[in-house]
This record gives sequence, C-alpha cells and structure tokens, in this order.
Amino acid sequence: MKSDKFWAWLVFILGSAYFVVPLAATFEFSLRMRRGEYSFDAYASVFSDPYFASSFTYSVVVGLFTIIVGIFVVVPAVYFVRLRMPWLKPIMEFITLLPLVIPALVLVYGYIRLYGSSSFIPFTGSVLGTDILLTCAYVTLALPYMYRAVDNGMRTIDIGTLTEAAQIAGANQLQIIAQIILPNILVAILSGAFLTFAIVIGEFTIASLLNRPAFGPYLVGIGTNRAYEPAALAIISFIITWGAMGMINVLGRFAPRTSARTD
Amino acid sequence: MAAFLEVQNLVKSFGTNTVVKGVNFAFDKGEFISLLGPSGCGKTTILRMIAGFERPTSGAIRIDGEDLTHLKPNQRKLGMVFQAYALFPNLTVGDNIAFGLKIAGMPADQRRARVEEMLRLIGLPGFEKRYPYEMSGGQQQRVALARAIAPKPRLLLLDEPLSALDAKIRVSLREEIRAIQRDLGITTVFVTHDQEEAMSISDRIVVMNAGNIDQMGSPHEIYNRPATRFVAGFVGQLNTLPEATFGPNRAIRPELISLAPRPDTDTTLTGTISDVGFLGSVVRLRVDVAGTPINIDTFNSHSTTPPQRGDTITLHLATKDVLTLGA
Repeated sequence: MKSDKFWAWLVFILGSAYFVVPLAATFEFSLRMRRGEYSFDAYASVFSDPYFASSFTYSVVVGLFTIIVGIFVVVPAVYFVRLRMPWLKPIMEFITLLPLVIPALVLVYGYIRLYGSSSFIPFTGSVLGTDILLTCAYVTLALPYMYRAVDNGMRTIDIGTLTEAAQIAGANQLQIIAQIILPNILVAILSGAFLTFAIVIGEFTIASLLNRPAFGPYLVGIGTNRAYEPAALAIISFIITWGAMGMINVLGRFAPRTSARTD
Repeated sequence: MAAFLEVQNLVKSFGTNTVVKGVNFAFDKGEFISLLGPSGCGKTTILRMIAGFERPTSGAIRIDGEDLTHLKPNQRKLGMVFQAYALFPNLTVGDNIAFGLKIAGMPADQRRARVEEMLRLIGLPGFEKRYPYEMSGGQQQRVALARAIAPKPRLLLLDEPLSALDAKIRVSLREEIRAIQRDLGITTVFVTHDQEEAMSISDRIVVMNAGNIDQMGSPHEIYNRPATRFVAGFVGQLNTLPEATFGPNRAIRPELISLAPRPDTDTTLTGTISDVGFLGSVVRLRVDVAGTPINIDTFNSHSTTPPQRGDTITLHLATKDVLTLGA
C-alpha cells in the first residue's frame, strides 16, 4: 500500500513539476524588470500600453461573436442529426475533426484565395468583411470543441422524448429548441463557449495573416521587441485561460440533474 | 352514437417490416381503452401514430369525425404521458404543467389558476416551485399526467406510464389515473404489456398480436371468452388439459379447478403435487396429471395447512368452464 502511494505521488510530483516549473520561472522572470528587486513593473508597463487594451478588446469582441455564431450553427445541427438523421453522425464527427487536422495556415491561405479582393466574394476587401471572415475562421477552429461540448450536453438529456412531450403540448420546432433544448444544455454550451474564448484570445496565425489587430499578433509583437513584458503577458494569458477553464468546472455543478427515479 | 376515436385500416411498415397490419377500431367518448400485447406487437406504434410521431403507411385516424392522419403532433390537441416521465428538467413543476397552456397563449393569471387546480387534482398542492429532480418517480409521473391534461386535450395517450415505477406505486398510481380519467370523462388510450394492469383499469381492451388485433372487448369478456389461443395464453394463466380425456385444444383457468367437489363440478382428475407456491392470499399448486402439468389456484386458509409435495390429490372441475381454443 505504502509503496503504491509513494510511486503515485512521485509520478504526480514529476508531472506537476513539468507544468509548474516553466510557469514559475516565467513568473519569476516577469517580476525582475526593476534591477535588484521584485516588482510588478512589467505588468504595469503592459497594462499602460494602449495596444494591449485595444487588441485585447478586439479579440474579446471577435470571441463573443464567434461563440454566438458557433451556437447558432452547432446547436441546431447536433439536435437534428441526433433526432432525425443519426446516420449522419459519423460524417459530422469527421467534419468537426477536420480543423484539428488542417493547419490554420492552410485554412487562411485558402480563405485569402477564395475571398481575396480580386475574387467574386471579396471579404478581405473591407475591414468589416475581414472581421466577418476572421469570425468565420474562428468558428471553424472552435468547431471540434463546440461540437463535442454540445453533443455531450444533448447525450445527458433524452432529447427525443422531451421533443415529443413538447410537440404534443403544441410547441413548434423553434419553441422546442429555444425553450426546452437550449436551457437544458446551457451548461454544456457555456463550457464550449469558454473553450472557444480561450482559443480565440491566443490565436495568432489567422489574425496575423488577415492583418487584424488581435491579441495574438500583439503578444507575438511584444515577444520579439521587449524583454520582461512577454513574460508578464504570458502569465496574464495563462490567468485568462485558466479563468475560462475554471468557469467550465464551476458551471458543471449547475448541470441539469437527472430525475429518473422509480419510487 | 358515432364513434369518437376511429382508426381505419391502419398499416405501418418500416422498410419491409410491417408492424401494424390493417388495424380497425372505434371507441366512444369517455372510454378507457387499453392496447395490450407483448413487446413488438405494434401497440406502441399505433399510439405513436395517433399522437402523430409516426406517419401511417396507409389508413386513417379520426377524432370526433376530424381526420388527423396528416396533422403534425402539435396540431392535434392531444395529451400524452411517457414511460420515462419526460418532464422538462429546466422547468419547475408549475411551469411544466403550464407549458401547453403558455404555448396556447393562455394569460398568466388563468394559467396559475389552472396549475393550482391540476396540482389539487393529482394530490400535490403547493408543489409549483419544485423541480422534477426533487420529486419521487411517482410524483413526477403524476405531474406528467397533470401536464398532459391541463390544456383539456381531446384524447389522453398513456405510453406504458407505470413501467418505470416500483410495484407498489404502480398499483396506487393506476387507480389514481383511472379515478382522474373517470372524473374528467376524458377518452384515454393506454398502452401496456401488463395484462393485470389492463384488466384492472380498462373499459375495453384491444389485445394485439404481431401487428393484428386478436380480440377487442371488456376485461370480463377477454378473460372468460378468449377468442384465440394467443389471447387465452397472454391474458391470465391457463392450463392445457390432457388430450386423452378432453380432446384436443381444451384448457381451463387455474382458479376454476378445486380440491373439493362443488355443486357444479362433474369431472375429476387425479395427479401428484410437484410443487407448492405460497403467494399469500393464494396458494398455487403444480400438479402432474399423467404427464400433463396443471396449475391450480386455491385460497389460503388460516386453519388448514396447504397440501405437500408428493401428495396424490383429486381435482374437481366443471366441463362448462373448459375453454376450447381456436387457432
């Protein structure tokens, strides 16, 4: 028993160190901007940079739109495939995995080809068009996570019977999705939303190649030009991402409870 | 009087598999009808076609003369209770019951009054603010019943509503369902595979077998005058009698055989007891009569001990109680 625990702890400590040591080192380095003593000068410098605020705000707004569009695309798709066309499910799974297989670079070159200013649909010809294109690209990138989160959410409720119960009570398809399905998978949707948010906040390739002032390109720019600020920024992005992950856990406690009882 | 619920030449095929093979029935307003049969006999498919969840391959369904066959489920004005309760987990009990009323556009104050009335009817007053997961299965199913009848549907459909519940709740809830149904006079179609359940609460029973109706009638008719061998075997217990004495295809219910002569008995059989099952109020004996196993139900008596295994006994029965089984 005792030695079992010893090995378990050893593996746990080694695993933790693998993740924690670089982080701790980064954090320690970010505090060393002022010579000879620890300070938060690097953080102050980051927060006082107007580009930090503007690029972060830009990414947050794009992130929110990505989440909204993602929900509108994924929720009805998963609902109808589960309910009416279950034979489509393997195809759905395959398609939603593609963004993990195809590099973002390939995706964005395809976009520039297809939607460039000399094409039939010149999305990149205007700022708004490019923003829309960027949002669509992020919806695609987040698809594997959003799809799985929503699919898991729908697995935990009996959407078939709930749909029938609502139908026989007189509800139409839109009322069923809005009033019954969505509220019951809200927690799953939110966890998908936070994952999406975490991806969008750090994304570099697409935003950079579409030349939009997003947070990812800003991070990289700072990283090549400054010494201490990148470390501070890295810690800040970690905190944001962890915050998003933590929210998923907190929300998990509010998941709908099963009511199947026989008594 | 014209029939209220009418089903005509109803056929349903899934691919090459025909599960409902031309079913006809007509029932009056206010009747409690059970569709009874083993799993796969097509009873649930018929209910789902009445509800509108399945489209009939051919045939027609009418309520009060109106053809429903091509209406969507949400246009039919029916109520339904499901085996798995299917309460909306995100809504309170009150909102669950009010769901159909809200969809129909009833004003909030009227909805509240109707919800209160329904909760009183199902014996759960003051439960508006609870969530389904906070309630027992029996309570949830009563709420599901209230949700189904709150909008005053033309027809109430019950899809094995008791199957997920414990035995005790099952019996008390079925009596409650029947009482409420009688009170409201609502025409009800009840699907079950449990013959005891069907017998105890139905005005009329439709016994289904492999997509066809084998027999339709009151519980009394079905039990005492089964039309087919399948009905006789499915509804209640049955003993096939030895062919040598009685001729082919003769059978009798276990409770119609007695251990002592009665004024109406005219035949005896002798056999050895091979098993004694004590069921409480009833003692079930398994008797071996020249190789034919025969079950006998006798009432338990405080004063006499039941017969023992290995005893040789004489069985008394009346020829008028012997059923002749058809195909």
